[in-house]
This record gives sequence, C-alpha cells and structure tokens, in this order.
Amino acid sequence: MTAQFAQYLVTGLTVGAVYALVALGFSIIYNASQVINFAQGEFVMVGGMCSVWLVDQGVPLPAAVVLAVAAAALLGLALEKFAVEPARGAPVVTLVIITIGASILLRGLATLVWDKKIHALKPFSGEAPLQVGGAVVLPQSLWVLGVTLAVVLLLSWFFGRTLLGKALLATSHNRLAAQLVGISVRNVMLLSFSLSAALGAVAGILVAPITFTSWDVGVMLGLKGFAAAILGGLGSGAGAVLGGMVLGIAESMSAGYVSSAYKDAIAFVILLAVLVFAPDGLLGRRVAERV
Amino acid sequence: MSRTAPGFAQPAAHRIRGPAALALCIALLPLAFANNYYYEVAVLVGLNAITCVGLNLLVGYAGQISLGHAGFFGLGAYGSAILTARYGWPPLGALVAVTPGVAALAYLIGRPILRLKGHYLAMATLGMGVIISIVIATEDRWTGGPDGMSVPPLSVFGFTLQGERAWYWVVGGCLLLAVWLALNLIESPVGRALRALHGSEVGAEVAGIDSARAKLMVFVVSAVYASAAGSLAAHYSGFITPSKVTFFHSIELVTMVVFGGMASVFGAVAGAAVLTMLPQFLTLFKEYETVVFGAVMMGTMIFMPRGLVPSLATLFADRGPSKVPP
Amino acid sequence: MSLLRVERMSKEFGGVHAVEGLDFAIEPGAVFSIIGPNGAGKTTLINLLTGVYKPSAGRILFAGRDLTGRAPYEFAAAGMARTFQNLQVFFNMTALENVMVGRHLHERCSLAAAMLRFPSLARAERACREYAVGLMEFVGLGEHVGARADSLSYGALKRLEIARALAAEPKLLLLDEPAAGLNQTETQGIDALVTQLAARGVTVVLVEHNMRLVMGVSHEILVLDYGKKLAQGDAATVGNDPRVIEAYLGAGVA
Ligand SMILES: Nc1ncnc2c1ncn2[C@@H]1O[C@H](COP(=O)(O)OP(=O)(O)O)[C@@H](O)[C@H]1O
Ligand SMILES: [Mg+2]
Repeated sequence: MTAQFAQYLVTGLTVGAVYALVALGFSIIYNASQVINFAQGEFVMVGGMCSVWLVDQGVPLPAAVVLAVAAAALLGLALEKFAVEPARGAPVVTLVIITIGASILLRGLATLVWDKKIHALKPFSGEAPLQVGGAVVLPQSLWVLGVTLAVVLLLSWFFGRTLLGKALLATSHNRLAAQLVGISVRNVMLLSFSLSAALGAVAGILVAPITFTSWDVGVMLGLKGFAAAILGGLGSGAGAVLGGMVLGIAESMSAGYVSSAYKDAIAFVILLAVLVFAPDGLLGRRVAERV
Repeated sequence: MSRTAPGFAQPAAHRIRGPAALALCIALLPLAFANNYYYEVAVLVGLNAITCVGLNLLVGYAGQISLGHAGFFGLGAYGSAILTARYGWPPLGALVAVTPGVAALAYLIGRPILRLKGHYLAMATLGMGVIISIVIATEDRWTGGPDGMSVPPLSVFGFTLQGERAWYWVVGGCLLLAVWLALNLIESPVGRALRALHGSEVGAEVAGIDSARAKLMVFVVSAVYASAAGSLAAHYSGFITPSKVTFFHSIELVTMVVFGGMASVFGAVAGAAVLTMLPQFLTLFKEYETVVFGAVMMGTMIFMPRGLVPSLATLFADRGPSKVPP
Repeated sequence: MSLLRVERMSKEFGGVHAVEGLDFAIEPGAVFSIIGPNGAGKTTLINLLTGVYKPSAGRILFAGRDLTGRAPYEFAAAGMARTFQNLQVFFNMTALENVMVGRHLHERCSLAAAMLRFPSLARAERACREYAVGLMEFVGLGEHVGARADSLSYGALKRLEIARALAAEPKLLLLDEPAAGLNQTETQGIDALVTQLAARGVTVVLVEHNMRLVMGVSHEILVLDYGKKLAQGDAATVGNDPRVIEAYLGAGVA
C-alpha cells in the first residue's frame, strides 16, 4: 500500500517536474507579453528530437544537450522576432493564434527535417533502477528532478538577484514604467522567448529517455504545461512549479488508484475545481481592477 | 424623419443585405462545382461555418474565449448518433432532444466557469473540452471508443436525405438560418448588452446589465449552434470518430473565428470557408502541406491582425467611394 | 424619507483606508456634491455607492432597500446611473448604441424575441433609438448620432457617458468629475448641463473641482479628506468652515 503510494508519488513528481519546466516557460512569456505561447510545447519537441538526432550523428551527449538547447533558444528568438514582434499591438487572441500557427509550422518542419517515427534517447546514467523507500526509481527520474531543482534555483537567483532578471520582472509589472527607466522592452521580449524555449528544450531532453520523443510530443506536454501554469497562477514562478507538481501527482495517483484511461480527465477536473474556488490559480496575484 | 445620419438606418438594411448576399452565394456556387467532391467540401464548410457563427457570438461579440467548443459539437454528434443508432429514435426527434440537453449541460458547466477571465477562462473551457473528448473516447459501450460508430442517415417523415447534393441544400439552408438568427441577436437589446460587456464590463454592469447572466446565455447559445452542427455532421457522414471532438478541433474552430474576423458574422463564415478549404488545396504541396498551412495562418494574422473580413472591409472602405454622405 | 442612506461605510485597499466611517443621507431632488483634494476618496465613494466596490464595512440603503454587497447591475436596477472619471465607454459600438445600452433596464426582450426579431421588438427598438437620439441632442451630441464611439473627442465622450446614464431615467445620477480634463469652453458647457439637470429636479451626486459650480448648484456638500468626513452642510456652512479652508489651502488647491 505505502510502497505503491511511494511509487505513484515518484512517478508523479517526475512528470510534474517536466510540467513545471514547461509551465515556467509559459509564465515567463506571459509576463513579458501577456500572450499564451501555444508553440511552447514545440520547444519541448525540438529539444528532444534535436538531441536524439545529434547523438545519432555521433555527437557526445553533453554536447548534444547544449546544442539542442541552443537551437531551441534560437527558435524562440526567431519566433519573437519574425512572428510576435511584427504583430505588436494586435489583440491578444490574434497573437495567440499566431503562436498556434507557429506550432503547426514547427511540427511540419520537424517531420521534414527528421521524420514521423518515435525516438528514444539513451538514459544519462544507465537503466539499473534504484530502490527508494519501497519505490523503484529510474536514474533518469533523478536526473529530471535534480535538473529541475537546479533550474528553479538558477531562475530564482536570476529573477531575484541579477539586474537583468529584475528588469524582466519590472516589465511584467508595469511596461510603461519599465520603459521610462530605460529598460528595452524589445530586448526583454527577445530574452523571454529564448529563455522559455531553452526551458522547454531542457524538459524535452530530460524526458526523452523515459517517455520517448517524436514530432508531435509537444502537443500534450504543451497543454499540460499550460494547465500547470494556470493551476499555479499565471505569471508566478513558484505557482508554475507548484502547479506542475500538483498536476503530475494528481495524474499519477488517478492513473494508479482510479483509471488510467481517465487520468487526464481527472487532472482536468481537479484543475477546474481549483479554478472555481481560486479563480487566479493557487498562487496567482489578484489585481484589484481600478475604475 | 428629418435627421438621418450615416449608419443610422444601416442596421436594418444590413440585416437583409447580408443574408441575401449569402443566399445568392449558396444558390450560385453549384454552377462552379465540377463534381461531388466540391459538394462534399462545401457541406463541411457549411457545418463548420454554423459552429463558428455561434462561437463568434461568444468570442467575437461578448469577448469570452472558449477553447472547448468541439466538446459541444461532439456531444451533439454523439447524442444524435447514440439515440438513433442504439435506441432507434427518429433522427429529427433525437436532434430535438439532444440540443436542449446540450444547452442544459452548457448552462451547468458555464455557471461556475464563466466567472473566470481571460486565459483562465481559456484553460477552463479547454479542460472541459478535453474531459468531454476523453469520456467519448473511453465509454466505448456507447460510443464505439476510438474506432467510432456508424450513424443512420437523416430521415424526416419517411423521406431520407442522401447524397452530397441534397445535403448541400439542407446545410446551406441551415447556415442561412444560423446567420439570420445571429444577426438578429446582435442587433437586439440582448446583443447590445453582449457587445457592451465586451467594451467595458463595469460600464455594462452600471447600465443594469447582469454580465454573468449575459455571458452564460451567449455561452449556451453558442453551445447550441455547435451541438446542432454536430448532430447534422453525424448524420451526414454516417460514421463518427472522436477526432472531431478533440482539443485540436476546438482550437481549429477558434482559429476560424479569429482568422475570418472577430465580431463579424460573415467573418466567421469566411474563416470557416478558407480554413476548411485550405488543406484541400495544400495537398498540392505534398509533405510541405503542414508547413505551408502554419505559415499561411501566421502570415494572415500578422498582416491582418483583425482578421480577413474586417481588414478587407477597411481596405475597400478607404479605397472605394466614400460612404453615404449624411 | 431619504433616497440614499450610508451608514458607517469604510473601504480599505491593503491597508490604505480610502474611505473611513462615513455616514450621510441624500434627499430626493437634491444636488449632493462631494469635494476634497485628489486622493481624498471621492471616486472610491462613488464606486461604493454604485456597487462597483464592496464596502469593507458599513451599509447602503437606497430607496428603502438594503443594497449592501449587491452587484452593480442591482444598484442600477434599483435606480442608479453614473458616469466615470476614467471613461468606461463601449468603444466597440457606435455613439448612439452606447446611449441605447443605457436604456437596457427599460427594454424587456427575451432571447427568442431577439433572435426571431418579433415585430413588437422592432417597434420597441425604434422607440429606443428615438429616445437615445433625443438624449444625444440634449447633451449636445446631435451631430454625432451615427459616429463610432472611438471617433469622438474626449469632451464628446464625457457627454456621451452623461447621455448613457440619463437614458436609464435614474432616480439618482452620480457624476464623477464630469468636466475633468476638458478645456475652458467645454467645461462651461458641462457646467451648464449640470445646472440644467439640477433645475429639472434630478437627484444628483456630483464630484467636481469647480467651486463656483459646486457652490452654485449644491443643496448639500460633503467634504472628504483622507477618506474621512471633514465637513458637511450647505454651501455657506461648508465655505466658511475653517477646517475646510485649511485643508484646501494646505493641499494647495484654492
Ligand atoms: N482599486 C484600488 N486599489 C488600491 N487602491 C485604490 C484603489 N482605488 C483607489 N485607491 C486608493 O484610494 C485612495 C483614494 O482614491 P480615489 O478614491 O481615487 O480619490 P479621489 O477620487 O478623491 O481622487 C487613494 O489613495 C488611491 O490610491
Ligand atoms: Mg477621483
């Protein structure tokens, strides 16, 4: 009973960590532009597919990881520069539709550059499972959790301690005021998109050995990342992490104890229930509307 | 009356001219149809257009997003399918029973959900759509699961509707009705209230508009449009699978609305037409199809951020002869 | 009986007491003015009186009913209409439609009647349109009847909001700085309009910085300072109150 519970918990945390990384990407872009970037999931796909492909070409894994993350970051930059920036001032829904167009385009490109097959990345440090408190833990799970933790710490240092990070936050609170004190909103946008893309790619690479990767993995992971960001409170970093974890655990518990066919449905029911009671997510800030 | 300003007498004329033009289009289009395939695509366009006209009332006019309308389309489709195929109901009876059922469900779901705003509402409706699609794909005893189920043809009083051509006229008529009802709604006090709460929710509230009730009402109306289109689609194709109930189809529907032009009934029709036909043309591009589709979508939205119909209308208004002088 | 009664009303925004412990009553037919320096809590008070904000404490009774905690549309239904210091115009509609929305409470229209466009509805719409045109002429917007709201000047939008509020035929009309941001000629026009409304016997709550107008039209003046009542009374009482004079000179507003 408890061993089973521990097992579901470990699975949930691993998946949740991936959702958290994707959710962080959603929140960073949302803070910079108020836009939900529906192409976020494609960065996850690009990270996974690109690293698999590089490893197949004989590139050592660490180098492949760095190159794949860099490639995704460049794509994020390009998305901002060539699709979001030219539509500046358009209604938010229009921008959202542009990112949906971008996600279709990227999926199409992935099938051209690579293929429509399912690929797996070799686990970073072997496949021999570990026993932790009655649960079987894959070494790759530890990689997922460890890297996510490191990324979260790095991000909180970046946003809390560095001038650049503070500039990003300032822009999200008040665009005009940020502009007035000399922050370049353009650069903030570019940085936010590439940072989010890099985060997505990291998530995609980390799970590629566990859940495999293919040209269309981004759809579901993007959706879950969006759900996690909303659950935690859009724009809140801690919320994104919390939202990801809650969603991951909810899914794995419902798959284990209720029904695996309904695991996604139950996760969404929980999400809806939370929103009914906390309309701005678990940690979202409610801004009193000034009239 | 002595005082007639431009735009003053327009709504009434507009309400007649628009549907008349659409009716003419529907009547004349078959002249250009070379074979049944054209009719088939046209029927698909019509069914999507009906859904989009309803969705546009919610998204374009009232300013409330829904990323779950494929769910209502699916409920209509499967509701009709199950009642007719499994219980032997007459198709029309099923339609008449299913539509209010979906309306009631939309009411129950909408009540808590529509208090959410912006992206939170988007997520909640998306979640609703995903839940519906999972239920449909899982409850295979009723729905046939992922393999789908077959649906008897639409028959009314012993007369069975068969073939693309017959369906073309029925769907064309339904689309015309859908457009007419929507235009009436928009130009009525109810429609004004919806547009007002899009313009300023506080402004609308202090004018006496119960914004929660108004949002809920238009949500239900848009769900009814989707459900009715779904019922028709099920009988038309004779076989349904959960693919039309997915999150993709919901996104596709909103994309059609925004692409054609929000807050424009004919924009919704145009968006449905272009985005339904585009993939048919793009098969020319073979494996580049998806890439071109994504690029066209992005390009259009970047260069016509307000959508096809409003952007083109402004273009012609600026170029062409100036509007009726006062 | 008073038309509106406020009891011990307070509003707090995360520690800021925007309005604190206010008590007052408004008599039917009166022009009730609220004055005070910027940030005194005048707009917050108007928002509380119309249900846009929920009070942190206290009660509002209007036309004999306790409306505390109700939604703004219920305040409207009870007979209140207002304008906003920061415009809340429906920019996605025409100017005329903005005013027609103001008629909302007087139009009974079911969904079926709307979608099927019953003949009775067509008649009611014509009447509504004519009423709205009449009001636009009354507030001096006669030539903008067919214009889109987003093509109107700031001064015209201020008038448009007044017309929209009047369209509801309210028992109580609340105007929050109707002349703020306007030039001198426009200000005089608005002042004339307010005087005209007062003369018609409409009950008005007026927030206004133009002292000449306030002293001229008000039956009762409430002076706010840091959310608290500094003084209340007719023009003469308030104008001679040393605390009022001090607060105004102290705040640098003559
Ligand atoms: N929605 C709000 N959130 C936070 N503080 C507010 C809000 N509305 C008003 N305030 C604060 O309440 C005080 C009174 O403001 P306001 O009522 O606008 O004053 P006035 O209209 O007299 O200039 C100010 O300190 C203002 O900052
Ligand atoms: Mg004010």
